[in-house]
Amino acid sequence: MTLKDVAKLLNAEILVCEDGCDVEVKTAFAADLLSDVLAYAKEGTLLITGITNPQVIRTAEMLELIGILVVRGKTPDVETLKLAQTKSIPLMVTKYIMFESCGKLYQNGMVGCVEFVPNAKS
Amino acid sequence: MQNHETGEFLLEKRFSIEGGDFIHAGEVSSAIKKILKDIGIRSEIVRRASIAAYEAEINVVCYARKGEVTFRVTQQCLQLLFKDEGQGIVDIELAMQEGYSTATEAIREMGFGAGMGLSNIKKNVDRLKIDSEVGIGTCVEMIINT
Repeated sequence: MTLKDVAKLLNAEILVCEDGCDVEVKTAFAADLLSDVLAYAKEGTLLITGITNPQVIRTAEMLELIGILVVRGKTPDVETLKLAQTKSIPLMVTKYIMFESCGKLYQNGMVGCVEFVPNAKS
Repeated sequence: MQNHETGEFLLEKRFSIEGGDFIHAGEVSSAIKKILKDIGIRSEIVRRASIAAYEAEINVVCYARKGEVTFRVTQQCLQLLFKDEGQGIVDIELAMQEGYSTATEAIREMGFGAGMGLSNIKKNVDRLKIDSEVGIGTCVEMIINT
C-alpha cells in the first residue's frame, strides 16, 4: 500500500509532505523509544510512534525511514513540523492507539521491518 | 595533512555540540550525512555513519556541557571523533551493555536513554574506542571502512 492508503485506512491527517505520500510502503516499526527505533528500524520503513518532539524527524532522517505515523492523536511540536518540512519527511497523525493502528495495517498486508530481535538476551 | 595509520585526509570538518539542546540535537549528524552523500559515499556506509554519529551526538547532548566533533574522510575510511566536557562514564564495559543506562527522566521523555546507544554505535562501526574520565568528559572515536 502507499502512504496515502495508510492515511485513508487510519483516518489520519497528513500534516507534512502530502505530495510524497504516493510512495509504496511494505514494512513498519512501532515504538515510543527512539533508542529502539535507531537500533532496529530498517531503511524505507514506516515509523509508528507516540513521540512528537523534533528528534523523531532526526531519527527518520538518519535511518532513511519512509514516513512517520503519530498515534493517539498527539499533536507534533512546531519544531517537529518545521523539521519534517525541511527534510521532506511525510508526517501524519491518527487518533487510533498504537495497537489498533498496527493491527489495521497488519490486516492489510503490512509487516514488521524485523519480526523479532534475534540477539536479545531473554 | 598526513595520517600514517589511515592515509591522507580527503576532507576534515569540525563541529560543536551544545549540551542539553534537544531542539538542535542531530544537526551535526545531519550535516555529516549530507557531506557523505554529496561526495558519493555508498548509501549503506552513509546510513551506518549517520546512525553512529547521531547516537554519539545524542549522548553529548544528554550527558555533557559541550562537545567537539572532528569528522575526517580518508581514502580508506571515515573517522568520527566526539570529544566532550561532561560527566564522563564510570564503567565503560557496563555502559556498553544493552539496557544499562544512567539517563534522567527528562532524557527518557525525549525517547532516549534506553541504554542502547553505545552498543548501537558498536554495531554500526568497524572500530570503536572510548576513553572517559569521570567529571571531565568522554572521547568516542569511531572508524568506518569505506
